[in-house]
Amino acid sequence: MLEVGGLHVSYGRAQVLFGVDLSAPSGSLVCLMGRNGVGKTTLLKAVTGVLAPRSGTVRFDGRDVTRMRTHERVRRGLGYVPQGHETFPQLTVAENLQVAREAAPGARRSATDDALDLFPALGALMKRRAGFLSGGQQQQLAIARALVTEPRMLLLDEPTEGIQPSIVQQIEEAIGRLHASGLTILLVEQYLDLALRLADRFVILDAGEVVRSGDAEQLRDESVRALLAV
Amino acid sequence: MGALNQLVIGASIGAVLLLAALGLTFTFGQMGVINMAHGEFIMAGAYTAYVLQPLAGGQAVLAALPVAFVVAGLLGLVLERVLIRRFYGRPLDTLLLTFGVSLILQQLARDIFGAPNVQVRAPGWLTGGVDLGGLRIPYNRIFILVLAVGCVVGISWYLARLKQGRRMRAVMQNRQLAAVSGVATERVDQLTFFVGSGLAGLAGVALTLIGPVGPTLGSAYIVDAFLVVVAGGLGQLRGAVIAAFTLGVLNSFVEFWTANGASFAKVVVFAVVIGFLQVRPQGMFVLRSRALS
Repeated sequence: MLEVGGLHVSYGRAQVLFGVDLSAPSGSLVCLMGRNGVGKTTLLKAVTGVLAPRSGTVRFDGRDVTRMRTHERVRRGLGYVPQGHETFPQLTVAENLQVAREAAPGARRSATDDALDLFPALGALMKRRAGFLSGGQQQQLAIARALVTEPRMLLLDEPTEGIQPSIVQQIEEAIGRLHASGLTILLVEQYLDLALRLADRFVILDAGEVVRSGDAEQLRDESVRALLAV
Repeated sequence: MGALNQLVIGASIGAVLLLAALGLTFTFGQMGVINMAHGEFIMAGAYTAYVLQPLAGGQAVLAALPVAFVVAGLLGLVLERVLIRRFYGRPLDTLLLTFGVSLILQQLARDIFGAPNVQVRAPGWLTGGVDLGGLRIPYNRIFILVLAVGCVVGISWYLARLKQGRRMRAVMQNRQLAAVSGVATERVDQLTFFVGSGLAGLAGVALTLIGPVGPTLGSAYIVDAFLVVVAGGLGQLRGAVIAAFTLGVLNSFVEFWTANGASFAKVVVFAVVIGFLQVRPQGMFVLRSRALS
C-alpha cells in the first residue's frame, strides 16, 4: 500500500532523514518507533506531502505520489492525523467532519456515521466548537475527521500522547477495530506496550535512519528495547 | 434634534466605512494579507459604474453592483496569483508590494479616465429623501445603509451555511490541517481573495452616490478601512460592524461639536482607536479557544 524509498528530508540546512526506507503492505499495522527528535513526524509529513523530500520516492497504492500535492494524496485515500489532537477550533464538531467529507469527492455520507460509531462520545458534542473540547475529545475528533474521507490508509502521529488513560484505551480499541476491518495503518507510538498489542510490524528510527525493522514478535527483544530507552 | 441628526449622519458614514472594510475582513482578517491596493479596487468599482453609465443611463449604479464585484474580484484574483502568493508569510514585503501596485493602479486610472474627477448620476428614485419630523434622510444614504446591511447578511450566510464558506474558515483556522483533510488550500485562497476584492468593488459603486469619482478615491478610505478591521478584531464580522458604526458616529459628532470639523474629527477618531488598542490590542472580538490559548 505504502512504499517509501531512500527518503532524504531536511529543514533548510538541517537534514533530518537520511535515506529512510519503509513499506506498509495492504492491511498491515506498522508501528513507527524511536526516541524524540529522530524524525518520525518528519517522515509522516513527507509521506503526506506537507514537507517536500530532498530526494527519494513515496509510492502509495502502486503510484508515485512524491510530487503530488497533499490534498490530492488525501483524496486518493491517504488519511493523516497529525500530532497534538489538531482540529479547526472555531468550527463545531459537525462542521469539522463536514469540511473533511465535502473535500473528499467519493466519500459516502454514511462514513460520518461509521466514524461516530467508533467514537460514540462525539455524537453528543456535534454542536460544540472543537476548540472547547478536552484534549481527548479533540483527539477522537481528529481521528474521526480523517476517517470520514474514507481513507484506504491511515497515518496516526502519537494519537495517545498527553491523553487521559480512559480515552487512551478507547483510542486503542478504535485503532484495533480499524485494523481488523482491513485498513492499512502506520502508527507513530512511544508506548512499547501499546505497540506490542497492536502492531504487525515495526520500524525503529534513530538519528534519521532506520536502525531496525521486523515483525512485532521481534519487538520483545532486549536489544530492540535498548534502542527505545531514553 | 441636532444629536439625532448627527446620529443619522454617523450611521451613514459608518455604512460607508463598513462597506470599505468588509472586503478587508476577508483578505486581511482571514488571510493576514495587508493589501494596500484594496483602496484601488474600491476605485475600480466606482469607475465601473462610470463606464456603465452610457449603457445603463440612470440605472448605472444598480447595473454596476454585480459587474463591479466581478471586475474588482478579478483584479484581486490576478494580484493574488501573480504577486501576493509569492509573499505569503512576509507581511512587510506584501505591504510595500501592494502599495506599489496601488500607485500603479492610480496612474492607470489617470491614463484611462483622466486626472479630473468624473460624476456618476444617481438613479432618479434615489434623489430626495424621507422627512422624519424635520429630520431629512436622503434616499442615497438609506441605499448605502441597506447595501451595507445586505452585504453583512450575505457574508454571514456564506461563511456559516455554504460549503465554500465553511472551507474558507477551516483553512484560515488551520491551514495545514485543512490540506491534510483534502481541502485544496490554494483554491480557497483564490476564492477568498476574489470575494474580498469583489466587496471592495461594491463599496466603490456605493461611493459614487455620495461624491465624485477620481483616481485617488480609494486611498482616502484605505486607512479608515484598516482601522475598522483592526479595532473590530481580525476576521470578526460583528467586530467590524460595531467598529465601523462607532467610528462613524464618533466622527459625525466631533465634526458637529468642533469648529474645525473634519480634520479634528480624524484626530479624535485616531486617538480613540489608539487608546482602545492599548487596552485591547487584539480588537473588540477575538478567536478564543483552548487550542489557541
